[in-house]
Amino acid sequence: MAENEFEPKIIAFLCNWCTYTGADLAGTSRIQYPPNIRVIRLMCSGALDPVYVSKALLDGADGVLIGGCHPGDCHYQTGNYKARRRVAILKSILKQLGFDEERVWLRWISASEGRLFADTVTQMVAALKEKGPNPLKGAWGI
Amino acid sequence: MAEGRSTPHMIRTLIRTDGNPREAINGILRRLLEEGIVDALMVPQRVASGDNVVQTLVRDPARLDGMDPLAPVMPVTAARLVSNITMTGVKERIAVVMRSCEIRALVELVKLQQAKADNLLIVGIDCLGTYEVTDYADLSRQGVDTVAELLAHAAAGDPHPHDGKSFRAACQMCERFVPTAGDLRIGLFGASPDEFLQLEATEALAEKLGLKPEPIPAERERVIAVLTQERIAARDRIFAEFRQRVKNISGLQAYLSTCIRCHNCMVNCPICYCKECIFRTPIFDHESEKYQQWAARKGAIHLPTDTLLFHITRLNHMVTSCVGCGMCDSACPSNLPIAVMFRAIGQEVQALFDYEPGRSLDDPVPVATFREDELEGV
Repeated sequence: MAENEFEPKIIAFLCNWCTYTGADLAGTSRIQYPPNIRVIRLMCSGALDPVYVSKALLDGADGVLIGGCHPGDCHYQTGNYKARRRVAILKSILKQLGFDEERVWLRWISASEGRLFADTVTQMVAALKEKGPNPLKGAWGI
Repeated sequence: MAEGRSTPHMIRTLIRTDGNPREAINGILRRLLEEGIVDALMVPQRVASGDNVVQTLVRDPARLDGMDPLAPVMPVTAARLVSNITMTGVKERIAVVMRSCEIRALVELVKLQQAKADNLLIVGIDCLGTYEVTDYADLSRQGVDTVAELLAHAAAGDPHPHDGKSFRAACQMCERFVPTAGDLRIGLFGASPDEFLQLEATEALAEKLGLKPEPIPAERERVIAVLTQERIAARDRIFAEFRQRVKNISGLQAYLSTCIRCHNCMVNCPICYCKECIFRTPIFDHESEKYQQWAARKGAIHLPTDTLLFHITRLNHMVTSCVGCGMCDSACPSNLPIAVMFRAIGQEVQALFDYEPGRSLDDPVPVATFREDELEGV
């Protein structure tokens, strides 16, 4: 890792049943991925209030990753579909307010997809490095 | 609105007013109560001092002397009040007299399970515009007959405010001033209310009131279409200005620079129904040391913190159901144009789901439903 290279900070909200377990599998399988994520475990992606995503971004997180079960596989039947609507609403609002909504990723990663989890984080880190730091990082009064 | 689930067949007719449209409307409302068509009537009445109008819940027809359903003022949205008087269930049949925006908000609240419409008979009246409460009080104290002023221009579809005053900002960009839901709709646009009122009523109600179908003049639709286009043009100009001002987060900061974080916009929003708003929970009672950490990280922070977060979160929580009543504007001590923000941003968010708040009880609210095959790219 080159010195002074921008290292994005990603807040990850992962559902307990699929993506969090997938992340666990990536770890136990010793799959390498960049250490840029800070994971918060939720019982379901549908339990994520957009306030927490907004808070992370307004406070300067470079990206937010929301991970849930694949459509049709939600442990609670439909939580991920509801999460998808909330994320769509959030991204529309962020975009209209001139904030780069592509800093928010919603991805479906199952408990068996440790490789996909590692690849997703790798891709997200690369995409955020491309974008550069969240412009709100040093902003006060928000 | 028992039959309101699917669109009921409506009877159209005219009622002669003999130069006194107010008495004609009051007469119909009084009949609903006197003839036992309903057990109670919720209707705006003048307060004793004469400078304000409040919704009243009336069981005794003798207590209807101050009826003023056309008064151009909306101190509280009636949708909230209907929620109060129906939410835990009532046996009584209640007629409620509401504006178009109030009916739309009520439709949202019913779908959000915050009100019950089963025992309601909704009476909607064409809205000629509303003043801020303080302006209405001011005009009333000066002896201005605000209702007569507006009725004089209803036929031409050009209701405009008293010289030197303006309508509430939300009304100036309101394109849905004619109620499209309700069991009884009283039309004022397109024909002189001094001659007759243009009524639409459900078949059942028309029968009880002895109303015989009569054609409504075609002028009504034309006048409504013209005014709608004018309002849409005004709305789009205002939306464009908003989008110009709020092009980025610092634009939003500037837009909300005088916000004093009183939460009045949330308290007065008919859609913000949460008994315990997240912003009033311990989630935002941060540990004192946290503020030091934030200040250390950013160099400095504004206090109170999270002003933008409050507004952005409220957008996330309720913008899909925002009916544009503008109660947030009216409640803001800093006169912030909150309603514009919600309506402009809501326009795009609602379009994602082809959703029009208040349109129908049959369309579920977007945040309470989903389709399996949608939003693939999110």
